[in-house]
Amino acid sequence: MKERNGYLWVGITITCIMTILALVGLFWTPYDPSAMDSMQVYLPPSLAHLFGTDNFGRDVFSRAMKGLATTYVVSLGTVALGAGVGILVGALTGYFGGAVDRVLMRINDAVSAFPSILLALVIISLLDFGKYNVILALGVAFIPSYARVVRSEFARHRDMNYVIAARLMGAGHGRIMFSHILPNTRAVVVPALIIGINNAVLAESSLSYLGIGVRSPDVSLGYMLSESQNYMGSAPWYVLCTGGCIVLLILGLGLLGEGLQQKRR
Amino acid sequence: MLEIKDLHVQFHTSDHEAVRGIDLTVRDGEILGLVGESGSGKTVTAMMIAGLLGEDRARISGQILLDGTDLLHAGGKELRRRQGKDIGVVFQDPMSAMNPVMRIGPQVEESLRVHTRLSKEQRRTMALQALEDVELEDVEAVYRKYPHELSGGMLQRVMIAAAIISGPRLLLADEPTTALDVTIQAQILELLRRLNRQRQMSVLFISHNLQVVRKLCSRVAVMEQGRIVEQGQTDQVFFHPQQPYTQRLIAAIPTRRKIHG
Repeated sequence: MKERNGYLWVGITITCIMTILALVGLFWTPYDPSAMDSMQVYLPPSLAHLFGTDNFGRDVFSRAMKGLATTYVVSLGTVALGAGVGILVGALTGYFGGAVDRVLMRINDAVSAFPSILLALVIISLLDFGKYNVILALGVAFIPSYARVVRSEFARHRDMNYVIAARLMGAGHGRIMFSHILPNTRAVVVPALIIGINNAVLAESSLSYLGIGVRSPDVSLGYMLSESQNYMGSAPWYVLCTGGCIVLLILGLGLLGEGLQQKRR
Repeated sequence: MLEIKDLHVQFHTSDHEAVRGIDLTVRDGEILGLVGESGSGKTVTAMMIAGLLGEDRARISGQILLDGTDLLHAGGKELRRRQGKDIGVVFQDPMSAMNPVMRIGPQVEESLRVHTRLSKEQRRTMALQALEDVELEDVEAVYRKYPHELSGGMLQRVMIAAAIISGPRLLLADEPTTALDVTIQAQILELLRRLNRQRQMSVLFISHNLQVVRKLCSRVAVMEQGRIVEQGQTDQVFFHPQQPYTQRLIAAIPTRRKIHG
């Protein structure tokens, strides 16, 4: 394990920078992200405005920080919901097999048959916009992939000797599933979580871009991207900087996930 | 203390019985050897005693009595209570029988956690004591280690510690030394013998290695094709085998004379 894992370190570095920006963005931004200034519209990037200003004279860097924070909250929430329920479903189906497995996995198949964006669209149109509903909608769409991964791990571990030994000592099903088997699946589950956050960032951006994600005064990166495309000619830095943030975020998490998987081998 | 009466086991996936009506008694404080070739039904018998086989996988009839309670017909709860508390089990391959991502300590304590209401501190004290009982050194360090940091022989000791921690009256050892090299094997056998004497704990020792059985066990039962063909005092069986199968098994033990002779 001494050899350098380039993917992992680059991934951790990028992800840390983005996370710090997002965390700071929750509490403090250089300018008020919604303050308009008609004297300062379409300013190109400068030291005063790192990412320039938009059509209303708002500071794009401040908005990007705020958007990054929203994107983080939504993605982490989505993965927490999707992975939480998915792991539970996967553990039950993989461990018990039989009827539990057949019923739950068929429901799972049915959910995963819908494209996740379409499923989210349906749920949001039933519930209304807003970031919490986006979390709920995407979270549900994310359950099947986790359930499937965790199920196969549990099915593999179910009859291993250490599980039989624990059973012989009298450990109950719950204890075997969550204290004995679950920690053994972390090599598979942790990268899946990272990739999940990655997908959630993209999905949230897509939803907001389509105009069914977060709504003003909340900003997210996808929401900014959809705004900025109208000013591509007059303020190209707006769309470039916003898109660049999404790319960096995805790249960082992607490398982190890849690095973790390599470490496993 | 353990009495098996007319036990039949037939797997649903097979068209003949793996165990064909065996009667076997393990007495208080004795070491009983169960020998036989691969596929003779020794391990299936052990699995039945440990409660690892159920009606979902095999057709089962007969009785397994532990101090008069029928384990086969006791409900799930009764069985759970027996397991780990009254019957300890040691497997052939200690490496695969340990959870790779759990430290040694919690794994040794597992049956205390399930069967008792002891505090964390009390469990820890008992675990350290059990690790000392199986003659491990520097038990505080072992307690904090992960399975991959220990050798096979040490792990088998840890397994034995985990099996005896809640003071079982019967230790079920299924080929416990087969995966170990010969010097370690001798140490583990010596340990089993000492535990048997000190704790008055009966041992059902399952093995295909006749020399080991001869050194360790006071009585022997020989299994062939799902039946017990011969049982008796070890010396009796080894010096005056009655059945042709037992005679062949014993003749197959390599001796110094045969090698040089």
